[in-house]
Amino acid sequence: MSMQPLSAEPTGWRALVRMAFANRSFLVGFIITALIAAMALVSFVWTPYDVTHLVVADRMKGLSAEHPFGTDHFGRDILSMIMVGSRNSIAVALVAVGIGMGIGVPLGCWAAARGGWIDEALMRFNDVVFAFPALLSAVMITAIFGPGAINAIIAIGIFNVPVFARVARAGALSLWPREYVLAARASGKGKALITIEHILPNIASILLVQGTIQFALGILAEAGLSYLGLGAQPPMPSWGRMLFDAQTRMMVAPHLAIFPGLAIVITVLGLNLLGDGLRDMLDPKLRRQR
Amino acid sequence: MTAFLAKRIGIGLLTLMVASAVVFGVLEILPGDPAQLMLGMNATPEALANLREQMGLNQPVLLRYFNWVGGMLVGDFGRSFTYSSPVIDLIAERVVVSLPLAVISLILSTAIAIPVGIFSAARRGKAADTVSMGAAQIGVAIPNFWFALLLIYVFAVWLRLVSSGGFPGWNAGIWPGIKALLLPAVALALPQAAILARVTRSAMLEVLGEDYIRTARAKGMPRRTVLWRHALRNAMIPVLTILGLQFAFLLAGTIIIENVFYLPGLGRLVFQAITQRDLIVVEGVVMLLVASVVVVNIIVDILYAVVDPRLRIAA
Repeated sequence: MSMQPLSAEPTGWRALVRMAFANRSFLVGFIITALIAAMALVSFVWTPYDVTHLVVADRMKGLSAEHPFGTDHFGRDILSMIMVGSRNSIAVALVAVGIGMGIGVPLGCWAAARGGWIDEALMRFNDVVFAFPALLSAVMITAIFGPGAINAIIAIGIFNVPVFARVARAGALSLWPREYVLAARASGKGKALITIEHILPNIASILLVQGTIQFALGILAEAGLSYLGLGAQPPMPSWGRMLFDAQTRMMVAPHLAIFPGLAIVITVLGLNLLGDGLRDMLDPKLRRQR
Repeated sequence: MTAFLAKRIGIGLLTLMVASAVVFGVLEILPGDPAQLMLGMNATPEALANLREQMGLNQPVLLRYFNWVGGMLVGDFGRSFTYSSPVIDLIAERVVVSLPLAVISLILSTAIAIPVGIFSAARRGKAADTVSMGAAQIGVAIPNFWFALLLIYVFAVWLRLVSSGGFPGWNAGIWPGIKALLLPAVALALPQAAILARVTRSAMLEVLGEDYIRTARAKGMPRRTVLWRHALRNAMIPVLTILGLQFAFLLAGTIIIENVFYLPGLGRLVFQAITQRDLIVVEGVVMLLVASVVVVNIIVDILYAVVDPRLRIAA
């Protein structure tokens, strides 16, 4: 590794913005993610067509000026359905990440702070959850408690919990022996307060990176569940469901399968690039390696 | 090594015990009674009473749990109520589809990903690296069932090289069987290969920065030898971890792909059992899959020790 001069780098927001522009992954990922989010927001106030409006005469039309992505087997506009479907994907994945963080991070921090048998027990339980095939268990949960967006969120969220618990614990464990934490302990602060004041701010960046990764995985998982008919129910459009409907009609109308799939790929790609970029920016060690 | 193994096996057994309690518990705390759940709301009281008797629901909870676990230990997974045959027979019928599918995809993905990962690491920052890692970045984002649909369209609908789904059974011969598994295996393998290639590349990069690599190069060892003999072996640990995870995923995660291709595998069995509320089948298959994840993890741990002698001594 080459020696780098210890230059006085600018700090604060300006440095962050400069770093963001220099990081291609982050920039591309951020733009894609922002566009997808904007598309979801726009769909609340405007879509080219009403997605609940069926025009049987227009069914399975190819690409045209009126319908840039064509129409489906009920004559609904595919572009409008993809726009509305993005809401569902984003909402499910985002809340599932929230569940994972909301439960996993406190558990991981608690395990790291207490150590001993509590730590051991929590981590062993983590192993058990990891041993369950996630997709299969999600299918089981949605099938038993009924299909629908809410149960899909819960099913995906449960498997985010051990991921965040593990990441938070590993991060917190590396911080507890640090001098500033020792100083805080010496000044008589309790473990909970130290966790809130010193541990959490310092593991926030790795949690953010993990969050974008789980977000992307959540979008893929939601698409899988709704492909199996276990996610959002019709008439609410969802990308996975659109692919399921496309499968039997692919011989006559391949465009039905192309566009919803591309929507998934682009969204996941954007989030993954964003996550990679964030990691590079937040982890100076990696930054130097590249 | 023995102590290391004993500890890993102990943790594995503990995992299985907790998992069995969780599976049993989840189905136990389900609202309503399992017999009612399985037969639906319109079931006659006699049918309900019969099923309750057959499932042993009139016995105390703990006794039922131990009967269930004890049965599984001797290969008795209970009797399916929709197929009216022993669950173990159903599993045996389906494993011969799912296991070859998982093995073929794992071989495919490893054969693609490891050379690509090494190649990329060796040419870090060059055009070849940028292109292959860009492709991997896209590969990670592709849902395997969408990729499967595209493959069906190109190879089955358009080129008519293979059928778009179904499985002729191994009785029809080895080649027709493998041919039916080819598209599903490719669909499963490519997104996995993308992940594996990225992991291999970053593991290789980490190792290539080590002092002993420079020493090996400095004493005149050819680049190629350093790459394959010194670097690859040391980069194997994270690669093995991902391989283990992927094999476990492939065994269970084929649930969607098997539905896309109408393959009579474990995933489809459990999916149908779930939708038909055949809980005994669900319990059995889930426990079997959890057990295979545990076994794969133990094998991966043993392989760690084989690859890295330091772990053998430390343990």
